[in-house]
Amino acid sequence: MPDEKTVDLWVAGTEEPQFSPTDEGAQEFGPDESEARLADQFGRVIDDDYLFDDEVAEDERSVINMGPQHPSTHGVLRLQLELEGEVIRRSKPIVGYLHTGMEKTAEQLTFAQGPTNVTRMDYLAPFHGELAYSLAVERLLDVVVPPRAAAIRILMTELNRVSSHLVALATNGMDIGAVSMMIYGFRERESILAFFEKSTGLRMNHNYIRPGGVAADLHPGWRDDVAAILDDLPGRLRLYDDLLKDNPIWMARTQGVGIIQPEEAVAFSVTGPALRAAGVDWDIRKAFPYSGIEQYEFDVPVGENGDVYDRYRVRVEEIHESLKIVEQVTEAMPKGDYRIDDAKITPPPRARIDESMEALIHHFKLFTEGFKVPAGETYVAVESPRGELGCYLVSDGGASAYRMHTRAPSFYNLQALPIAMADSLVADTVATIASMDPVMGDVDR
Amino acid sequence: MNTLLNDLATKFDAVTWEESHGQDVARVPPDEWYLFAAAAKDGGFEVCVDVTAVDWMRQRPERYEVVANLLSMEHRTRLRMITTVGRDDPTVASLTPLWPGANYAEREVYDMFGISFEGHPDLTRILMPDDWEGHPLRKDFGVGSVPVQFKTSHQVS
Repeated sequence: MPDEKTVDLWVAGTEEPQFSPTDEGAQEFGPDESEARLADQFGRVIDDDYLFDDEVAEDERSVINMGPQHPSTHGVLRLQLELEGEVIRRSKPIVGYLHTGMEKTAEQLTFAQGPTNVTRMDYLAPFHGELAYSLAVERLLDVVVPPRAAAIRILMTELNRVSSHLVALATNGMDIGAVSMMIYGFRERESILAFFEKSTGLRMNHNYIRPGGVAADLHPGWRDDVAAILDDLPGRLRLYDDLLKDNPIWMARTQGVGIIQPEEAVAFSVTGPALRAAGVDWDIRKAFPYSGIEQYEFDVPVGENGDVYDRYRVRVEEIHESLKIVEQVTEAMPKGDYRIDDAKITPPPRARIDESMEALIHHFKLFTEGFKVPAGETYVAVESPRGELGCYLVSDGGASAYRMHTRAPSFYNLQALPIAMADSLVADTVATIASMDPVMGDVDR
Repeated sequence: MNTLLNDLATKFDAVTWEESHGQDVARVPPDEWYLFAAAAKDGGFEVCVDVTAVDWMRQRPERYEVVANLLSMEHRTRLRMITTVGRDDPTVASLTPLWPGANYAEREVYDMFGISFEGHPDLTRILMPDDWEGHPLRKDFGVGSVPVQFKTSHQVS
């Protein structure tokens, strides 16, 4: 007979290993199922007593590198994490891998060509970049676009907010393991991109909102297309709420993770959903309205805890609010011209070029020299899906910008990443990054 | 100009105020840059939205302008403060001790314009590679081009 104490011994001739069961390694929840004890077991709360030891010497910390080619860093973001066991003590985002010198490029392009450049910065929200730039140019020119152009701009930017937030939900889901969310988010986004394509000709990088208005009128039958989106999306969003909102795995991975306090968010110039999730009621659309967005009724969703879950909730609520705005814009879409009637700024209609010498000259001058903008400087901010997207524009009276600087929301939001990740587990890194929703094209420009 | 700015205006005589397309701009002498910013922060501008710079080359006596956009969420007011920085030894006080959010922005200005910020905790390049020479957004930094080698075409018989 084998000894009672013998474990893990395979005795020749027998079919089964000869060992007596022990409790060693058993995953048994204790009888104490209080909230605090469960939170501890699920790893939501880190008890500093056993994870953080003051005696740990500097050289017992290890530094690991994450990225830039990491699938869940949302582009070419690189992080250096200083770990103590499994806990991140310090972290440092390293950016610049996608730097393409767009601010320098803007100094070479004329004001008329400018939108082609800025639309490629935040490639998930191209309309917002174009809008900030166009508003800045228009303010220097001291022109006001017709009401229809302003309404089209709001329609496009709010739909763009929906599509951008859908990508944020999709990638956030995939990073935490809810892979089906990835497929759903991108599927719904595609219906909005198809709408953009019908009006602007492109799915992304539209170059549609230009100084002086928009490039083209909305396509025939656009009301039906918007109505289809408005019919479809709320039901889909309910399904996603069923999938994620009360999902215990989702909540365990997101609640209490990557917390940013409101004071920290304000100090680190965090804007957008990340700021509102922390409980700060701040939205550029309410504080400094642009393009007549003050005519439409919508609420600003605000979170409480500033964790990954709240950021996810704020984004979902913002989609609903944006759809509300889209519905109101569709109903109240004014008739009229979609760009200002100034041949010096906007090109003449194509048909007039064939019959009018003047139109031909204007067309030629506009696309070779562009238009001159009076000297001056201004800063215009719009609320992009990631936060305050500002354009600081300086003109010296020429046809191209003397200096164009974009206040990129992702760039500033990234600064709060080390704060959000400090003293959290390595496994929560991807959840935190995804919830900040950085777009590296926006960060590096 | 609202009370927030009036308080600031009474404290700093050397600051000139102007309105640029409906926005308040304070032109601050470089030696008062930090003091003015600290007073603005105490006065209610809790967010430093943005820090950037403009290179005026030979168009102005002082070559660079450093521009900071401040925001008061409570009063819904913006203030743009601008100072000048000379051609030789371009240095200005850092705003990062006041607003941690100015950190990356000042690193970007240092990277792109070569303007040093005194008191910045970690003034290194942020967008360009660490061994890059020059500061790309200066006006005397060429746009450059990548040489492309064209092969001489020949008829395929």
